[in-house]
Amino acid sequence: MLNWWLPENVSTYGADIDGLFHLVYWITMAAWVLVQVTMIAFLVMYRNRPGRRATYTHGNNGLEIMWTIIPALIVVWLGFRSVETWNKIKIDLPESEHVIEVTAKQFNWEMLYPGPDGEFDTDDDKMIENDLRVPVNKPIILNLKSKDVIHSFFVPQLRMKQDVMPGRTIRSWFEATKAGTYEIPCAELCGFGHSGMLGYLTVLEQADYDAWLAEQWPAAQAQAPENDEVDPEGGRIG
Amino acid sequence: MTAHAPTADAHAHAEHHDLGFVRTYLFSTDHKMIGRQFLFMSLFMMIIGGGLALMIRWQLAWPETQIPLTRWIPEPMMYDGFMPPEFYNAAVTMHATIMVFFVVMPLLVGCFGNFLIPLMIGAGDMAFPLLNMLSFWVSVPAGIMMVGSFWVEGGAAAAGWTGYAPLSTVPEYTGVGMGQNLWALSLIVLGASSLMGAVNYITTIINMRAPGMTWFRMPLVVWSLFITAILLLLALPVLTAGLGLMLFDRMAGTSFFLPAGGGEPLLWQHIFWFFGHPEVYIMILPAMGIASEIMPVFARKPIFGYHAMVFSIISIAFLSWIVWGHHMFQSGMNFTLGTSFMITTMVIAVPSAIKTFNWLGTLWGGNIHFKVPMLWALGFISTFVVGGLSGIYMANTPIDIFIHDTYFIVAHIHYVLFGGSIFAMFGAVTFWFPKMFGRMMNPTMGQIHFWGTFIFYNIGFFPMHIIGVGGHMRRIYNPTQYEFLEPMQWWNVFITRGVLIMGAFQLVFAINLFYSLYFGKKADRNPWQSNTLEWECPSPPGHGNFETPVTVHRGPYEYSSPEVEEDFLPQTRDLSGATGGSH
Ligand SMILES: [Cu+2]
Ligand SMILES: [Cu+2]
Repeated sequence: MLNWWLPENVSTYGADIDGLFHLVYWITMAAWVLVQVTMIAFLVMYRNRPGRRATYTHGNNGLEIMWTIIPALIVVWLGFRSVETWNKIKIDLPESEHVIEVTAKQFNWEMLYPGPDGEFDTDDDKMIENDLRVPVNKPIILNLKSKDVIHSFFVPQLRMKQDVMPGRTIRSWFEATKAGTYEIPCAELCGFGHSGMLGYLTVLEQADYDAWLAEQWPAAQAQAPENDEVDPEGGRIG
Repeated sequence: MTAHAPTADAHAHAEHHDLGFVRTYLFSTDHKMIGRQFLFMSLFMMIIGGGLALMIRWQLAWPETQIPLTRWIPEPMMYDGFMPPEFYNAAVTMHATIMVFFVVMPLLVGCFGNFLIPLMIGAGDMAFPLLNMLSFWVSVPAGIMMVGSFWVEGGAAAAGWTGYAPLSTVPEYTGVGMGQNLWALSLIVLGASSLMGAVNYITTIINMRAPGMTWFRMPLVVWSLFITAILLLLALPVLTAGLGLMLFDRMAGTSFFLPAGGGEPLLWQHIFWFFGHPEVYIMILPAMGIASEIMPVFARKPIFGYHAMVFSIISIAFLSWIVWGHHMFQSGMNFTLGTSFMITTMVIAVPSAIKTFNWLGTLWGGNIHFKVPMLWALGFISTFVVGGLSGIYMANTPIDIFIHDTYFIVAHIHYVLFGGSIFAMFGAVTFWFPKMFGRMMNPTMGQIHFWGTFIFYNIGFFPMHIIGVGGHMRRIYNPTQYEFLEPMQWWNVFITRGVLIMGAFQLVFAINLFYSLYFGKKADRNPWQSNTLEWECPSPPGHGNFETPVTVHRGPYEYSSPEVEEDFLPQTRDLSGATGGSH
């Protein structure tokens, strides 16, 4: 009943976000039903009738304390419950062999690959516009930059969004769990071409990814990143 | 406009008859006339802001088709009824700017703040009547600059109502030149107008309360306007400073917000939202006050938890200064700081919850009359609750990653500002119309307007949550450019139809307003049998408001009190001696 409106999730942390979404959905839905049903019930029960006189009361301190403390506990609990997911997505970035520099400009995404040597600012760097290719089930680090105004890197199916700031490099990550091609719209108003500023993320199975690397960098013999495992210690980068 | 009741004026303030047309209707220093001026100016601006909204909706439902009734708009804005993306961005920017700064604020604060404060605290006028007049007349050139900016070269501002730098500060990025400068200048001038109003409201409420009108005998709408005025006084200078820096960057070659010159784009966002979040409460606190005023009258019952209501207004105002970062979770602002702002934002939901439960408590055991103002107050609560609850999704940092900058935000802001502030405004207009103009509004047209608006409002705006959760970005010109939005496009059509029908129902309000102004049934002093002081005056009150000075004996919500036989007990009625009161 719920998932028909969220797009399909294809990232590792997307499930955490969706989980929180559903939690908040049920809490807010319960609160909404409580308020609306109570209100409608009162409107029916206490509608004006001839000879009726309203109850003369100025309130009840016990009730005030109750409906201060219960909502406060719920929302603060919800807040602290969300910290772990937030840290996982935005602060504790995993180690990764796959680093790609994404530079936004009016109105395209420039994807800069470090090439087989894994280093930027070398001869084998390669820039491809609006075409981001990554292997499936691997953490990918993006260094997000902008040449002009603020843009926002958004992949709905990854549940990933990060504004791109001129003058900064913002490190961000994702790990896709399903091969396929996904749109990368710009989510922050960036000028007359904002609508339609669109890149594509193509998540490839490892074999297809290796083939694509070989095609792009034919000179380098399969030196491309191997099937490395994620650094178990992880890395704190920020 | 209707004439003042001559008998009422005759005995207290005969001098006002000497004022000619110009001093009475144009350059009036009378708070009631200034309130009416703000009312008509804002309703006029609402036509412009609403027209832009309908054009935006048409474009989203049927992208790049000819929009009906717009062929008169000249190039390069519209091309024979076709909307280019440049104008779309300007329309989005100007719709929001006009609605926030020239409709909701002047309606709730300018119009009802002015009209109600002196009347409800028992004062003859504002503390500084001349400053009050200036406050209105300074807002007029601001409005002219804002609307006029459509016709300058490069068109109107197109960087969003939030004016994010550097899009807003480097003309080449949008192609907008003078339009963006006028946008900033207009808001600086309007800020001055609001400051004059705020100073006046604060001084008046502190110093000019009638004998016996203690702080905790003040009506909640006066409390909310008092706190709102403090927020205005402290928040607007921050916006003005930011707009000044924006103008320096644009016109004097500085680079406060430009990294190439050592500036920082995030600085703008911090300044804007440090103003912007209190601004949200500037637009909703008076609406809450209005609902709190209307509900006891039509439930014939004291407001539930008066003190809790006052303290929640105060705590909202305090907390509103430490939550601004919730607009910036995805901006690149320090991510740990995001967590702090999430917690404070979660906490600010609590006072709103308290208010909602107290409104329900007010209904409990009441004797509820479903008059038009009451319908709006109930509609306000019903929709405001949706807007409040959807705020929790955005306050939650991980969920915000997904829904930030989507239609979920658009849904939220419209549930708060349309279902919230504008519904409350309709409640206020229908409730105080007899006092403002001495005539009753037509209740049948009022009912039609309420039900049409309430139903089609929800049909139009609720699905925005759904497409937002589907990932639909805000501020996009053409949703059909995206494959993943394809399955949702029918929602855009559905929403637009809902909004168009809701727009049509506003004609009923316009007709009712102008019809009742001239042909409405004459109103007596207290048509709703209400307790607060404004109902002691003639409808409409003459110059100086009260025929004889009033003394306050009790709180504003003594309905169905066992002390008297009737189900209301006005604040002025002295029960100690012979039965006083004027009715
Ligand atoms: Cu962009
Ligand atoms: Cu805010």
